[in-house]
Amino acid sequence: MSECIAGRAKAPNALTITDKEFFYGHKACAGCGGSVAVRLIMKVLGERTFTVVPAGCISAVGFMYPQLCFTNNALISTFAGTASMMSGIAAGAKALGLKDFQVLGIAGDGGTADIGLQALSGAIDRRDKVIFVCYDNEAYMNTGIQKSGLTPLGAKTTTTPAGRNIRGSRTRKKNMFEIVAANGIDYAATASVGYIPDFLNKINKAKFVDGTSYIHVFAPCPTGWGTPTYCTIDLGKDVVDCGLWYLAEYENGEFVLNKNPKEFTSVKDYLSRQGRFRHLKDEDIEQIIRDRDRKWEIIRKSWKTKKN
Amino acid sequence: MISAYPITPQTTVVERLSEMVEDGSLKSEFMHVESEHSALSACMGASSIGARTFTATSSQGLLYMAECLHYASGGRFPIVMMNANRSLALPWSIYGDQRDSLSLLDCGWIQVYAEDAQESLDMVIQSYAIAENLKVLTPVMLNLDGFALTHTYEVLEVPSSEDVDAFLPPFQTPYKMDLNSPKNMAFSSGPGDNMQFKYQQHKAMLDAIDVIRDVDESFFRLFGRRYGGLVEEYRCDDAEMVLVTLGSITGTCRVVVDELSQEGWKVGLLKIRFMRPFPEKEIMELSRRVMAVGVIDKDISFGYEGTVFTNVNSAIAKARTGILTMNFIAGLGGRDISRQDIRQMFLHLQEGLLGLEKNSMQFINLRVAIDE
Ligand SMILES: Cc1ncc(C[n+]2csc(CCOP(=O)(O)OP(=O)(O)O)c2C)c(N)n1
Ligand code: SF4
Ligand SMILES: [Mg+2]
Repeated sequence: MSECIAGRAKAPNALTITDKEFFYGHKACAGCGGSVAVRLIMKVLGERTFTVVPAGCISAVGFMYPQLCFTNNALISTFAGTASMMSGIAAGAKALGLKDFQVLGIAGDGGTADIGLQALSGAIDRRDKVIFVCYDNEAYMNTGIQKSGLTPLGAKTTTTPAGRNIRGSRTRKKNMFEIVAANGIDYAATASVGYIPDFLNKINKAKFVDGTSYIHVFAPCPTGWGTPTYCTIDLGKDVVDCGLWYLAEYENGEFVLNKNPKEFTSVKDYLSRQGRFRHLKDEDIEQIIRDRDRKWEIIRKSWKTKKN
Repeated sequence: MISAYPITPQTTVVERLSEMVEDGSLKSEFMHVESEHSALSACMGASSIGARTFTATSSQGLLYMAECLHYASGGRFPIVMMNANRSLALPWSIYGDQRDSLSLLDCGWIQVYAEDAQESLDMVIQSYAIAENLKVLTPVMLNLDGFALTHTYEVLEVPSSEDVDAFLPPFQTPYKMDLNSPKNMAFSSGPGDNMQFKYQQHKAMLDAIDVIRDVDESFFRLFGRRYGGLVEEYRCDDAEMVLVTLGSITGTCRVVVDELSQEGWKVGLLKIRFMRPFPEKEIMELSRRVMAVGVIDKDISFGYEGTVFTNVNSAIAKARTGILTMNFIAGLGGRDISRQDIRQMFLHLQEGLLGLEKNSMQFINLRVAIDE
């Protein structure tokens, strides 16, 4: 029986997850949230996966010939061409009659929400059976921490410096989750490396979707954020608990919230732990909280709630 | 797997291919993409697991692909692409010249230029045999002059599917992502390894020269037509002045060469079929037999000269024959190149030989006075 069908019922958990590594020997910084996400995704999808990674940290740390770090089939795409290369693999595999495989893309926030958005919309439009994962570290890290379309309000990056006149990024995060939903995607989900069982479930679910899946996983970056390397998982939890990120799914045309905190933890505490937000004034933090509350009002009013 | 994005004058090709996929006469996936960048990315994806791929574009679309062009040749993906040669904006123009492909001469693709409909069709088939040869593994850009070849009708022989299948069996390669033998491809490489990869790419392009000839010969044995490798000479045997052409203008030149020969001129033409790999040997050899070579360029590298001329001149310089060479910039933005214009080129060459014409570069039929 194929691994896919056997695994259909349940995602792996802490006890059942394989100790096999598919992304191994790479040079990511200590505490890299993105590389944790990649390891976990591959453990769920397994060796019959074609992995496409565009320019960005993951390809930079894992694909330096002759040290090639994926044990499964994998290649680097152009920065803009992740989704179209994935679609090409899926179409080629169909033409060649391959069976029982997954096509996975793992792109950063810039490679997803900015330069890769057009190709991603094309794949969703065609309903190609591919899984696109965005590991969101909220900036262009590989090129040295520049602002991307997913950099949050107020964050200091090398192109949104915090000075006397401007205090970090003046723009808010693009809403990728709802953008792909508006594209009519078959399955979309948000996740965080702070909530691993939820993340594994969603990857497992994507495996069986007959169409395009998109998973947006929050992936802290100690180097770019100015955070201690041991805080990555904790920050990934904290961001959900304080309401600046949420765990949700989009399926059958409906938005479903997977975790609805009764009370949010402190946004100020979450922000002040990170070097990139340290310059923020109280009024900036109040603005961020107002944005959060407005978003949650809409979510709670119009989305269903269901634990994943 | 076919993946393409529409642009005039390539559209006729993707429309007919879509119909063939629809009616089942062509067994292929047809992927509708949102850009040329994605068209070529998708071809690379399919090629990376060993599928045969095709795309087609033109002009702005070819430039939009530029990143992927280098990517595909560096990744050694044997993709075949038709490019309908068309001018580049600005000013916008849908009409033909060859600035699009020639400005991307260095992107690592084999570049072939067809003269007529039959050669276009035959070269699609030959291109796969060349690109997929394991010594070559280099993508092929098959250039057809926009409108002159994409929007005209000619009587031609269409080979049967069985014969083409016999000539071109399914693509087999060990260099692909494989579920039974996983590979990492399209990687990074540092200064310690990178240059060796680039040398191999260069070597593969040079090795393609013999493969191009062999493929042409085996094509001839099966289909009865051959084109002669990197160049085709026409009436060059006793010629003193030769005009070098690229693409469909060759047809008009043949007529003028015939006319002038009848009038007693010793003229010939050299049709360059492949700009990469470049027919250096053939041109060096020709330069030992003739007194003057003129090059028609439907392109210009602004501030210098036509790109075909630069390449031809470099080969002639290596032959150290010191013969006269002249560059004729013509047909930009779709301007017609008439028989009279071509006669004019031969006249310029003759004046050059007599020492009456000193300028090595001429704009043909410019319609504006040139300040010297
Ligand atoms: C067409 C193109 N433009 C720019 C770049 C430079 N570049 C490479 S990686 C990168 C940043 C990637 O950011 P993101 O997608 O967020 O991934 P991260 O590095 O943060 O993991 C950029 C800008 C490129 N490789 N290609
Ligand atoms: S810079 Fe950030 S995302 Fe990149 S490898 Fe280091 S920790 Fe990971
Ligand atoms: Mg990033």
